[in-house]
Amino acid sequence: MSRVAGAEVVEIELPLREEVIARLEMGEMCHLTGVIYTARDAAHKRMVEALDRQEPLPFDLRGEVIYYVGPTPPKPGAVIGSAGPTTSGRMDAYTPRILDAGLKGMIGKAGRSRPVIDAIVKHGAVYFAAIGGTAALLSRSIKKVEMVAYEDLGTEAIRKLWVERFPAVVAIDCHGNNIFEEGFKKYAAE
Amino acid sequence: MRVIDVAEVTEKIRDMSIESNYNVDPDFLARIESAKSSERSPLGLNILNQISENAALASADRVPYCQDTGLSIVFADVGQDIHLTGGSLESAINEGVRQGYRDGYLRGSVVNDPLRRENTKDNTPAVIHYRLVPGDRLVLYFAAKGTGSENMSMARMLKPSDGREGILRTVVDHVFESGGNPCPPILLGIGLGGSIEKAAQISKWSLFRPLGRPSPDPLVAELEQDILNAVNRTGVGPMGMGGDTTCVAVHIETYPCHIGALPICINVECHAHRHAEVEL
Ligand code: SF4
Repeated sequence: MSRVAGAEVVEIELPLREEVIARLEMGEMCHLTGVIYTARDAAHKRMVEALDRQEPLPFDLRGEVIYYVGPTPPKPGAVIGSAGPTTSGRMDAYTPRILDAGLKGMIGKAGRSRPVIDAIVKHGAVYFAAIGGTAALLSRSIKKVEMVAYEDLGTEAIRKLWVERFPAVVAIDCHGNNIFEEGFKKYAAE
Repeated sequence: MRVIDVAEVTEKIRDMSIESNYNVDPDFLARIESAKSSERSPLGLNILNQISENAALASADRVPYCQDTGLSIVFADVGQDIHLTGGSLESAINEGVRQGYRDGYLRGSVVNDPLRRENTKDNTPAVIHYRLVPGDRLVLYFAAKGTGSENMSMARMLKPSDGREGILRTVVDHVFESGGNPCPPILLGIGLGGSIEKAAQISKWSLFRPLGRPSPDPLVAELEQDILNAVNRTGVGPMGMGGDTTCVAVHIETYPCHIGALPICINVECHAHRHAEVEL
């Protein structure tokens, strides 16, 4: 991680190292570079079912980052289609289990439930928010894509993405500071 | 009597689904642009800039602005003097959606049944509202409605005694609780009056109004402005992360209602405001 003096953006290399997570603060704009995995509703359901049956997961979650996204089909010649974040709250029912299994970071949009925030603190993880609706822009920082599992789920399949300077905000840091509970206070009237 | 071949409908729906997904409402983007000068949150401003940049890229590269290319909503105003040939209007509309989502590389985001939940892969069927109108024209309105914002919509049966204040409080509290979920900055489409389904239908219809054009009824227009100001004082801000730019416009459509009722439906629309219309 390099923090250039006066620069507003924190450059982060993946996988996330513990000391990097420890230094991230709610509200910081970051650029992520490295490998992330996609998974949304249906893939989460399958992963948790696999954990219940004590079966191996399609990839080793330990230390990894999951991006909640269901991209559009790529145009011919494109690496990926438009790929912005989906609503993270829909994954809340599964997330504590996934964090127990070793996941360190998540990228999505909007707030998380109390149990998820508690699990983030417990495991020293971090939740990033990408900017919802900026899917054409975000797909530009995705350089390579590989199918990992659940291909039958189409847009909801698990894919491995190589990203370069992928923009995301630290929304919930490892201390449990939550921008969706704190952010508005400074700007609310009365 | 005017004869219209429904194949024309298919072609128009196809084109509108592609174009609206690549080029979102320019009026919405203009409002975001002008909000930048008054946005006090540096992070909020950064987000607004990312949104503008995304819009420019999507148009230039002809790719979807958002990966959620929406549920297809169609309002079809059918002139009562028209004779439609070549098949059913409903099939023609759905065929247009099918072709548009395929040819435009848009995401199929529709499941066949709320319980079985199998993806239909081509985004069909559309949700279609037919309105029979005088004359010999067919007007088609198309919207690609994102679900992050749609999921933050709500209907409630207020009491007449709740009145204007109750409406205002309901909307403001609702926007606050929705936080970042509908991808603010948002547009609020509000249906007031009628019955529960009428309020819902006119709330959706209000989203097709040219952005920010006030209601022709001065009493309603004043309420629109008051709601807009109040919502922007919540501090929710871009993406719910704090700031001054929460909502760019409020559109209210009203309908007469029962002496004992005050139905309200809030249809929340995100900055991926995709709509188009065509007259045949
Ligand atoms: S709410 Fe709108 S902008 Fe946000 S992800 Fe959904 S469609 Fe896109």
